Amino acid sequence: MASLDTAEPQAVFHDDAGSLAIELTGSWSAERAPRIEELIAEMGERIASVSRATLDLSAIIRLDTLGAYVLNRLKNQREAAGGSVELVSRRPEHAVLLAEVNIHDCSVPPTVHHFGIVSVLVNIGEAMVRFGRDMVGGAMFLGEVVVGSVSVMFGPRKFRGPPLVNQIELIAFNGAPIIMLISFLVGCIVAQQGIFQLQQFGASAFVVNLTGILILRELGVLLTSIMIAGRSGSAFTAEIGSMKMREEIDALRVMGLDPIEVLVVPRILALIISLPILTFISSMAGLAGAALVSWLYGGIGIDTFLARLQSVITWKHFAVGLIKAPFMAFVIGLIASIEGLAVQGSAESLGRQVTASVVKAIFMVILVDGLFAMFFASIEF
Amino acid sequence: MSANWSQSSGYPLLHGVAEPSGSNQDAPEPVIKVRNLKVAFGDKVIMDGLDLDVMRGEILGFVGGSGTGKSVLTRTILGLVRKQRGTIEVFGENVDDLEGAARRTLERRFGVMFQHGALFSALSVKQNIQVPMREYLKLSPALLDEMAMLKLEMVGLRPDAADKAPSELSGGMIKRAALARALALDPEIVFLDEPTSGLDPIGAAEFDQLIMTLKETLGLTVFMVTHDLDSLYSACDRIAALADKRVIAVGPLATMLASDHPWLKAYFGGERAQARLTADLRRS
Repeated sequence: MASLDTAEPQAVFHDDAGSLAIELTGSWSAERAPRIEELIAEMGERIASVSRATLDLSAIIRLDTLGAYVLNRLKNQREAAGGSVELVSRRPEHAVLLAEVNIHDCSVPPTVHHFGIVSVLVNIGEAMVRFGRDMVGGAMFLGEVVVGSVSVMFGPRKFRGPPLVNQIELIAFNGAPIIMLISFLVGCIVAQQGIFQLQQFGASAFVVNLTGILILRELGVLLTSIMIAGRSGSAFTAEIGSMKMREEIDALRVMGLDPIEVLVVPRILALIISLPILTFISSMAGLAGAALVSWLYGGIGIDTFLARLQSVITWKHFAVGLIKAPFMAFVIGLIASIEGLAVQGSAESLGRQVTASVVKAIFMVILVDGLFAMFFASIEF
Repeated sequence: MSANWSQSSGYPLLHGVAEPSGSNQDAPEPVIKVRNLKVAFGDKVIMDGLDLDVMRGEILGFVGGSGTGKSVLTRTILGLVRKQRGTIEVFGENVDDLEGAARRTLERRFGVMFQHGALFSALSVKQNIQVPMREYLKLSPALLDEMAMLKLEMVGLRPDAADKAPSELSGGMIKRAALARALALDPEIVFLDEPTSGLDPIGAAEFDQLIMTLKETLGLTVFMVTHDLDSLYSACDRIAALADKRVIAVGPLATMLASDHPWLKAYFGGERAQARLTADLRRS
């Protein structure tokens, strides 16, 4: 049986005193669509000039739904304009196919487009309403998380140890190498830049003050938080989001389990435990990078670096970094969970929420860091 | 005989099979021929020495217990799972010999409806149907839209479903939309993985009817993995049963009922199957 024929579709016209007979040959199937569309246009013009036309389909090698549809459309259009078109075939399967496509009305419903100032205003309005709902939703979720945490605290039976440990492993243990590497490199770069600039004033020894304070107070915690927002926050959103997509969250709910207690609290708790540890590791790696570059590039020996560090850095600088870490963890966890639970049915929506989760978390981390800087400055800590 | 189509609707078909007994006049011609197939995942052998023929123009129902590899066979024929041994011939050509363009040409003659629809969730229903059309055909934008709407109507979906996202559809609508996408390129063989699972009996019966109608009008060959006894009784021309890692019986329903294999006895001798059979007898 012939299939996927490469025979070119053709129409042979036989003009006969006011009536037109057209013999169709070749393959009238979808692969030949461009040629078929040309032929249909040509036939439409020829048919329009006569009152009666007969299309003979008998010699067609292969007719599929596309061929049948366009021929039938040609007939219907001409008949609507008052002409007469007859489709004739010696092959019964053609008749069945033509009957199948005839019952279908394929006119495409017009799509409604909104233009102009109104749609701009509508968009702004919708964005504002959405922002408002986000804020209210975020506050409500915060409340739920607090209630969930408290109920876990007072009901030790509800405390889920294994998932917590598992999450800490995923966040802290598996995340440590990359965070150490990045912090080490940033420490190197900051020290190199510091030495290069301070040399001009003959003050290259002050690079120890610069890197020590900068890394312990800001860089360690910021780098860690941003990495964790990208690494673990996105994972939380994707996990919770795909559970939401497949009704797993609903399944938890009908079993009487609170998804906040089961999914969100252990993750946020794991983040709150992990982030200070990672911040400490990150700061140490950053200082190591700074010490190495100071020695190789600035000529400051490791023992000199350490002695100077000891005299410059008080426990306050160290504490400032670590105090901020749990707050960053809470913000990241909260945003990741909210975005995860906001996932709708489609894969596209999952991708959108993961992106939103990471972007919002990084933005909030930097904002919170700024607020802390103002706070610590005002209490002169 | 010159047939004016507008006066005729119930034409006999060239390759239609009127009765489930498969008593068509044409010599049956296998479009898919599987021989001595072995598929294993690691040490776990799913099927070994499996033979199966799918004839042109038939609806073949494929049954088997859960986890016996019904979907694996479908996926092996489609080239999604690698086989360890054996040959698969489609339209008389060994699929192992086909590469590149020849392979894609073959794939265009397949339409596949996955169990859960596998509609692209980022696209609307209409765009889903248009994906294969855009990829393989050169259609003008207007005709592209019209063809998508035609397929949509052929599977019995309302035009307003065209612009919906798959997540907005009900289970039955997803099945129909997935079928419309499978039919986008006018395939010759359609693979249906549990087409009626998750549908209510009315919806399932409608879907069976739809598949039978489409088989007749489009001359499709249908390979249907199913658990639905009603589908097996009413829609399938032949049934193939998978157990013990191979096809243990193949033939019309009578063959299945006459088989001595314990699994088939349990399957077709069960309470639900018997009730269905009695109802059938009473009706006829």
